[in-house]
Amino acid sequence: MQYDHILIRYGELGLKGKNIKQFIVQLQKNIQEALKEFPSTRVTRSQGRMFVVLNGQDPEPIIEKCKTIFGIYSLSLAIKVNNEIETIKAGALAALKQSEYAHTFKVSVRRANKAFPIGSQEMNRVLGAHLLKKTSDFTVNVHEPDVEIKVEIREKATYITSTVIRAAGGLPVGTGGKTLLLLSGGIDSPVAGYLIMKRGVELEMIHFHSPPFTSERAKQKVLDLTKVLTEYGGSIKIHLVPFTKLQQEIFKSIPERYAMTVMRRVMLQVSEKVCQKNNILAIATGESLGQVASQTLASMNVINEVTNLPVIRPLVGLDKEEIISYSKEIGTYDISVKPYEDCCTIFVPKSPVTNPTREKVNYLESNTDFSTFIDEAVENIEEITIRNSTILEESFDDLL
Amino acid sequence: MIYLDNSATTKPDPTVVASFKQVSERFFGNPSSIHEFGGEAEQLQNRAREQAANILHVKPSEIVFTSGGTEGNNLAIKGIALKHQKRGKHIITSAVEHASVYETCKSLEDLGFSITYLPVDSNGVIDIEQIEKAITDETILISIMYVNNEIGSIQPIYDISKRLEKYPKSYFHVDAVQAFGKVPLYLNNKGIDLCTLSGHKINGLKGTGLLYVKEGTSLYPLFHGGNQEFGFRSGTENVAGNVSFVRALRLMKEKEQIQLKQLKALYEKLYQGLEKLDNVKINSSIEGAPHILNVSVPGLKPEVVIHALYEKGIIISTQSACSSKQFDKSRVLSACRVSDELASSGLRISLSYETTKNDIDTFVDVFNEAITHLKDILE
Repeated sequence: MQYDHILIRYGELGLKGKNIKQFIVQLQKNIQEALKEFPSTRVTRSQGRMFVVLNGQDPEPIIEKCKTIFGIYSLSLAIKVNNEIETIKAGALAALKQSEYAHTFKVSVRRANKAFPIGSQEMNRVLGAHLLKKTSDFTVNVHEPDVEIKVEIREKATYITSTVIRAAGGLPVGTGGKTLLLLSGGIDSPVAGYLIMKRGVELEMIHFHSPPFTSERAKQKVLDLTKVLTEYGGSIKIHLVPFTKLQQEIFKSIPERYAMTVMRRVMLQVSEKVCQKNNILAIATGESLGQVASQTLASMNVINEVTNLPVIRPLVGLDKEEIISYSKEIGTYDISVKPYEDCCTIFVPKSPVTNPTREKVNYLESNTDFSTFIDEAVENIEEITIRNSTILEESFDDLL
Repeated sequence: MIYLDNSATTKPDPTVVASFKQVSERFFGNPSSIHEFGGEAEQLQNRAREQAANILHVKPSEIVFTSGGTEGNNLAIKGIALKHQKRGKHIITSAVEHASVYETCKSLEDLGFSITYLPVDSNGVIDIEQIEKAITDETILISIMYVNNEIGSIQPIYDISKRLEKYPKSYFHVDAVQAFGKVPLYLNNKGIDLCTLSGHKINGLKGTGLLYVKEGTSLYPLFHGGNQEFGFRSGTENVAGNVSFVRALRLMKEKEQIQLKQLKALYEKLYQGLEKLDNVKINSSIEGAPHILNVSVPGLKPEVVIHALYEKGIIISTQSACSSKQFDKSRVLSACRVSDELASSGLRISLSYETTKNDIDTFVDVFNEAITHLKDILE
């Protein structure tokens, strides 16, 4: 007897009120999408539970996939058997035998179906004794077992599960509207994107590139980072903004120390226009307070002045080390640290201002009219949609 | 022609060959070059690395492309030995390993390493208790093959890795060259630090393969130079080879998912067919891998049988191709406590996903005729 189901638990969704149905349907859709490469599996719902029916598929890779889907709180492998004592015994034994790396166990029976003749306490004893008799390398530990064999006797069938595997948590992506993320190519912004998607929000990306100062590979890096994030939330659209002219204009007309601050303000202005065009409700960045000159509270105050859209900064309370460990966990770190110049690193002033004021910056900007340049940049945006297989790479697919 | 020597090498899939050709023609740039043309080749290779990582459920940064099984095994064993010799100079392996593991270990003896060669039982399987007994403070590496190339025995590598959790000092290398696509291979979270795969055993091209190197494992490279492949293997990347290899990996994985049951059924059919023949002794266990079957025909020199079958359009082999030119008794069969007579008359029949029911029926009939005929002449 083998595990034939994966039980999906959704923690926080249980707290939602009337729109719970919508959340659950979205989650089911997201799981189905993620498991496309395993055509024999099915995702089903019954009585407030979700199951992946394995149909003979090896559960290992499916668990790995499910672990990254937002909205799933935890998973367990499950065996479905009919409500007969002998088959329940056999199922429990199979579950225990498949618990790798375990030496101690405990059995907990829940008898939801009161028509089943044996009470749950009695069942605990019966199954425990059976497992001890049929195995040699396991002992019982009721307080801290390596594996807990849970047996749930329901009306139509009994489900036997063992180890609980923690998953990503959060809310299903697609249930919370859309945000535009400023993606530079560094370590921080992809992590910010990940945390936003974790709350059920879909992403679009905006990236500013300045050829020939920034290379094709820097752009590719951004596409690669986005590709990694698609694993957590389906396809993502990227808006690639040609920034060379604007950037040159800024560095020509604004004193070097303030150029970075103005550049950020201009980026937000471009972003706001992209939001308006695409029905996006908020802007997100990978800023964390105090990390660099443009991320002091004074800088944020000045930069934020140009838009009244919410600017979400999910990393604001995190240390660099925490951000790095997130980025390694989600698989963006290795790409982020590739050493290609991006638009934020090519014209770095020697000592950017850390304590700018709105008055001073507005005064400096008043000599130049950036708006035509901004409109031109928005006009010439290149849009690329990254799916799990992208247009760029379709020719590769034929070769692999 | 009925080709039943798939453990020696397999027929390359035509689409794998096409992929190699197309990549060689279109993406011949050097992936390390700065220009966009090199960038394309790099991107393609990255995609190949990602796909390989996805198939094996590991990280792309854990995939090191190599020239095949021999290089992978050498890089794993010598790489660990040379890098970590200060921590100890003891290595554990088995008596039935492929020559590229066995001889590599032998060569390290010349450099002052001590090697334990674990014995196997009559089914060719090592006793897991023996490993733990052999481990000392000096042990830096345990190298055990997953599926034996001569008799198809399956080693309990997951039980071994579970036991080895207690010995974080010792690395665990698995030679899975004959295993991929035929028995379940899990590399993530299973305590395996290194794992060798080869292209030409899975309908890929010769000169392709990979070594899985778990994150955090350091190796002394065999080749020094431009630090390609994360510094583990310098040398301009064989982009066409690597891409075509990953295609072969994918195709093999798909076959495993769809056709493994059929292969097992064929294997059982072959096993039962041969069991019925007089004068034939089966050396493989029915519990072994579903594609390698070893038999002995006492009193007949194996090369005579092979030539007789070749005349009838059937190709099988003796022992392993890498040691078959030494026409003496098989080291592997001897290790399985097979008598000298049987050990020097071993024949290997190895199947692939292309093998058909008809092939098996024909083989058993022709084989029976051939050995009966040869016996008659000799007696």
